[in-house]
Amino acid sequence: MSAGSQPALSMRGSLFRKNLMTALLLAPAALWLVVFLVLPFVAIAIFSVGERAPEGGYQAALTFAQYANLPARATAFWNTMVLAPAGALACLLVAYPVAYYLALRAPDRWRLILLALIVIPFWTSLLMRTYAWMYILGGRGIPALLAYVGIEDLRLINTPGAVLLGIVYGYLPLMILPIYVSLERLDRRLLEASADLGATPLSTFLGVTLRLSLPGVMTGFSLVMILLLGEYLIPTLLGGGKVFFIGNALVDLFLQSRNWPFGSAIAITLVLVSVVVLIVANRISTRLSGARRVDLI
Amino acid sequence: MPKSYRDGLPISPDKFVDQLMRLKRGSISRRDFLGLTGLGVATAVMARELGIMPTPAFAAEDLGDRMSIATWPNYHDPQTFENFKADTGVAVEVNVFGSNEEMLAKLQAGGSGWSLFVPTNYTISTYKKLGIIEALDMAKLGNFDGKSEDARFTAEGTIDGTTYAVPKNWGTTGFAVNTKKLTKPMSSWKEFWDTAMAEGDGRTMVHDYQLTTIGNALKYYGYSFNSLKQDELAKAEELLLKVKPHLFAVSSDYQPGMRAGDAWMTMCWTNDGAQLHRDIPEIAYVLGKEGGEIWTDFYAIPKDAPNKPAGYALLNYLMNPKVAVKEHLANGAPSTDARVNALLPKEVLDNPILYPAADLLKPLEFGAAATLTDPGRAELMARFKSA
Repeated sequence: MSAGSQPALSMRGSLFRKNLMTALLLAPAALWLVVFLVLPFVAIAIFSVGERAPEGGYQAALTFAQYANLPARATAFWNTMVLAPAGALACLLVAYPVAYYLALRAPDRWRLILLALIVIPFWTSLLMRTYAWMYILGGRGIPALLAYVGIEDLRLINTPGAVLLGIVYGYLPLMILPIYVSLERLDRRLLEASADLGATPLSTFLGVTLRLSLPGVMTGFSLVMILLLGEYLIPTLLGGGKVFFIGNALVDLFLQSRNWPFGSAIAITLVLVSVVVLIVANRISTRLSGARRVDLI
Repeated sequence: MPKSYRDGLPISPDKFVDQLMRLKRGSISRRDFLGLTGLGVATAVMARELGIMPTPAFAAEDLGDRMSIATWPNYHDPQTFENFKADTGVAVEVNVFGSNEEMLAKLQAGGSGWSLFVPTNYTISTYKKLGIIEALDMAKLGNFDGKSEDARFTAEGTIDGTTYAVPKNWGTTGFAVNTKKLTKPMSSWKEFWDTAMAEGDGRTMVHDYQLTTIGNALKYYGYSFNSLKQDELAKAEELLLKVKPHLFAVSSDYQPGMRAGDAWMTMCWTNDGAQLHRDIPEIAYVLGKEGGEIWTDFYAIPKDAPNKPAGYALLNYLMNPKVAVKEHLANGAPSTDARVNALLPKEVLDNPILYPAADLLKPLEFGAAATLTDPGRAELMARFKSA
C-alpha cells in the first residue's frame, strides 16, 4: 500500500513542478497581455459608463447615456461598415492575381526579388507613403501633367476614389502575403490530376486553386478588414477629412470634443463589432474550405 | 563666452594653487589668458551689446539637449530653432496642431512632453483654472518688456496680476481667395459661404476648428462669433450641413491645397494669408465685413513641462526683438511689441493684410473663454464633420 502510493506521490510532485514551470514560462506573456491589453480595455470600459467633465475629459459616474447616444455617430459607423469590406474587397481583387503569379507562375530566381519589392515599401511609415500620394494626386502631381495635354482643373485629391486608392495601396502587402503562402503550399499534383480528369483550366482554378487558397484569402480579408475598421489616417489625408469613419470619430472625441466617455463607448462598440466580424469570417471560411478549421487570430 | 555655470564662480583653493603652479611653469591656455586679463568678459559684453550673441539667461542652468514645442502650421522661421540650437545645444522638436481644443486635450491627458506651447488668448483662463500652465517666472524672461506691449492684445495673458503667458503675435481670421479662379470680388462671410456652394464648389476649405468654422457660419446670419445660443447655433449647423458636400476639405492646414491650386478659397489666418499672398500674388486675403475673429497667440509653459529650463531659455530667446523680427518676417503676423514694430520694414507695416483698416477691425471679436469648453459647440462640430 505504502509502496504503491510512493510513485504516485512523486508523479504528482513532478506534475506540479511541470505545471509550475509552465506557469513561470507563461507569466511574462500573461503579464504583458494583462498590462497592455486587459487593463486598458477595462479602463476604457469604465470610462464608457462615465460622464464628460465640464472642461472635458472624464468624471466618474454610472450611466449608459453614452451607449444610448451611439446613433449620433450612425453615419460614421455606416461609412466604416461600407468602407471596410469594400476596401478589403478592392485589396483582394488586386492582391489575388499578384499572389497567384508570385506563387505559381513567377520564375524561381525572380520570386524572392518580387516578394521583397512588395514587402520593402511596407517598412516605411504609412504616414509618409500617404503623404507621397497627397503630392501625386494633388494639383502639382498628376493634374499638373494632365494640364499639359489640355485637361484643366481636374481634381483627384480629397475624393472617395483617392481614399480607396490609398487603402488598396496601404494594405496590399497584408493581403498578398497570406494568399501567397496558401498558394505556395498548394500541391501541384492536384492541378495535374484535375486536368487529367478533364477539367477545364477555369474549373480547375475555381474547384482546386481558389478553393484551397480560401484560408489565405479569408485571413488576408479579415486582417485588412479589421485594420480598416480603425482606419483614420487615409480618410483624413486623402479624403480631406470630409468623410468620417469610426477612427476619425474616435480621434475627434478624444482630441477635440474631449468627450472621453462617449469616445470610450464607441471604442468598446468597435471592439465588439470586430469580434463579430472575426467570428463570421471564421464561419464562412470554415464552410467554404470544406470544414477545415482556420485560425484567424 | 562662459562655457559653463562654473565660469562665473569664485575659484576654489585647490584650483587656485593648480592655476598658480601652471602659471609658474609658464603654461597658460587661451581661455585662462582671456579670463585672467578680463579680455574674455569684455568680448562677451561687447558681443552681447552688439547683438552677436543673445543674452544667455540660460547660462546658469543645465538646459539638456532637447525640448519640444507645440505650435501651429507654418508658424515659425525654421532658422530660429536652428540658431537656438547653435547657441545653446538644445534641439527643438516642433509639434504642429490644428486647434486649441487639440492642445487642451493633449495637456489634459498629461505627459504631452512640451516645454513651451502657443495657446490663443481665449484659452488661457481655462488653462489657469485647470492648473495646467505655469505662472511665468518673469525674472527668467529678461528680454520681455511689458511696457512695450499693446495691452489691447496682451491683457488675457495676465490673470489677477500674475502673468501666465506672453504674446507671440496677433492677427485676424478672414478668408483667402485665388482671384484667378474666383474672379468675383468678395468682402463678406455671406459671399464666402454662398460661393462655396456655387463657383467654389469642391474647391473650398474650412478649418478643422470649431471656434472659427462655427463662428464664421454664425456671421452668415450676423450673429455673434462667440454665440452659445441654441437657436443661433442651430442655424449655423444648418448652413454647415448644407455646405458640407460642396467642400474640398475640412482642415486647418490649408496652405498645401491653396498653393497646389486644388483649393481656391479657404478660411485663413492673417499669417497664412500674408505668406500665401507674398508667394502667390493672386491669392487675396479678405476680412468679412460682418466681423469675425481677432486673436492673439501667446507662449506658455505647461506645469508638467519636462524641460522647463530650456522652455524658459527658448521663450526668452524668442522675446528678443531681434529674433522676433525675423519670426515676424517669416510668419507674416503683426507684432504686439512696439520694439519689434520699430524694427520692421515699412512695407510690412503698410501691408493691409497685416494691419487692416480700422473699420474692418472694429466689428471683429476676440474668442470667448466659454467657447473652448462648451460641449454644445464641440458636439455641433463633430456632427458637422461626421455628417
